[in-house]
Amino acid sequence: MSGSSAQEAVTRAHREQWARIVAVLTRRFGDLDVAEEAAAEAFATAVELWPADGVPPNPAGWLFTTAQRKAIDRIRRESKREDKQMQARLLYEDDPAEPLGAIDDERLRLIFTCCHPALAPQTRVALTLRMVAGLTVPEIARAFLVSETAMGQRITRAKAKIKAARIPYRVPSAPDLPGRVSGVLTVLYLVFNEGYLATGPETDPIRRDLTAEAIRLARLIRALLPDDGEAAGLLALMLLIEARRDSRVSASGELVPLAEQDRGAWDAALIAEGHQLVRERLAAGEAPGRYQILAAMNAVHTSARDVRDTDWSQVVALYDLLVRLDPSPIVALNRAIAVAELDGPEVALATLDQLAEDLADYHAFHVARADLLRRLGRGRQARAAYDRAIELAGNTAETAYLTRRRDQLR
Amino acid sequence: MHYLLSVIADDETTTATPEEDAAIEVFNDRLRATGHWVFAGGLGSQGPATVVDYRGDEALVTDGPFIESKEYLAGFWIIAAADLDVALKLAADGSKACNRKVEVRPFL
Repeated sequence: MSGSSAQEAVTRAHREQWARIVAVLTRRFGDLDVAEEAAAEAFATAVELWPADGVPPNPAGWLFTTAQRKAIDRIRRESKREDKQMQARLLYEDDPAEPLGAIDDERLRLIFTCCHPALAPQTRVALTLRMVAGLTVPEIARAFLVSETAMGQRITRAKAKIKAARIPYRVPSAPDLPGRVSGVLTVLYLVFNEGYLATGPETDPIRRDLTAEAIRLARLIRALLPDDGEAAGLLALMLLIEARRDSRVSASGELVPLAEQDRGAWDAALIAEGHQLVRERLAAGEAPGRYQILAAMNAVHTSARDVRDTDWSQVVALYDLLVRLDPSPIVALNRAIAVAELDGPEVALATLDQLAEDLADYHAFHVARADLLRRLGRGRQARAAYDRAIELAGNTAETAYLTRRRDQLR
Repeated sequence: MHYLLSVIADDETTTATPEEDAAIEVFNDRLRATGHWVFAGGLGSQGPATVVDYRGDEALVTDGPFIESKEYLAGFWIIAAADLDVALKLAADGSKACNRKVEVRPFL
């Protein structure tokens, strides 16, 4: 067994099994911290043993058993501190199943626990990315533009609160669901985005496991709450973005921007399903929320057979709606990119310059700026903007694309 | 699992109205009937509070509350609840009954 294929097996198992192992251990031991540490130790052991001993015939089973043993070891080590309840749990291999909430899905329970309203909104997202999506603390810190130490502490504090305040591990009952769902949608969208533009030099540019998991869970939420417009909107949004996945990275591993993508390679079935959901929301006649607006924009893009047929005035009108809901600099940046298509790069660049202070460390800002400067023929400034964008971009395909673009400039 | 539900008042001059008192009694009866009741009490204003500090060589007694604050503790419930969701629901009903903010904290 070569080291690299064992490493691949660990990576694959991590993607496929992390959330399940954490979820099942959390249910069994009632402790997020124990579950996560034990899962992490099991994977660390696999990294150590598999290259030498070979990948076990049933990697998932091996990891689960190992994690369970680690959890029991850890609880025994700590159980001098009188935790009788935990001791009692260890004696029973199979707990009688607790009554299930509205949905029978371990990962969904884990998500609703991590997204409990007693936790601060940012903490909910961070915790879900760690516990459910299995992202590392540095990956999450990067997505939030904060230091690793700060992110690590935030996650630790959240787990401590869940334990001390006894936040339950369950999907809320039907009457409580609507109030809890918006936090969950935010989290699923962030998980999807991390999958769609994965960060890290050792990571695939697109992590299909994360996009697939986010879509799967969005479908569950949508089935649970068929009248929730934003749940439908988020699912539509994800489907319409996912439909373009295969055209988004070239054979040489370079990011292909929307305008240059082979539209024939877009997934027609996903687009049809996404469009159907967008039409359904329009027919409902309710004021759309953020995800419905974003889904509508993506419906405009995916309706154009050629990039030149794109109805940019429609896109900008949708951004105007979005700005009213969310006046953040990131929305303003994206609106400016659409405005460039309608009113030209000069107008868009003027808007960007006003955002420079807020978005100095946001790579997409420098990407947009570099592109506008390039189109305006300001090569030297464009090069500098590409340099900064490359410095900040964490996605390998994007770095490759930006590097080529920069090197085309003289 | 026990939780402390602290009643946070932001105006020390107002005491509970008869309507609030009546609503609190209804809520207390419900806590007793459903097995969540452990103990509860209303607290007097901070005026008569006294702070004792015997961490040093002698016990120092100071007049007044231990902290100057716009908000103060007007009363509390100690409840038994299976988990935080149950405690939060009871806290919401308690807040409605006494017409004050309520802080929920688990006992160790």
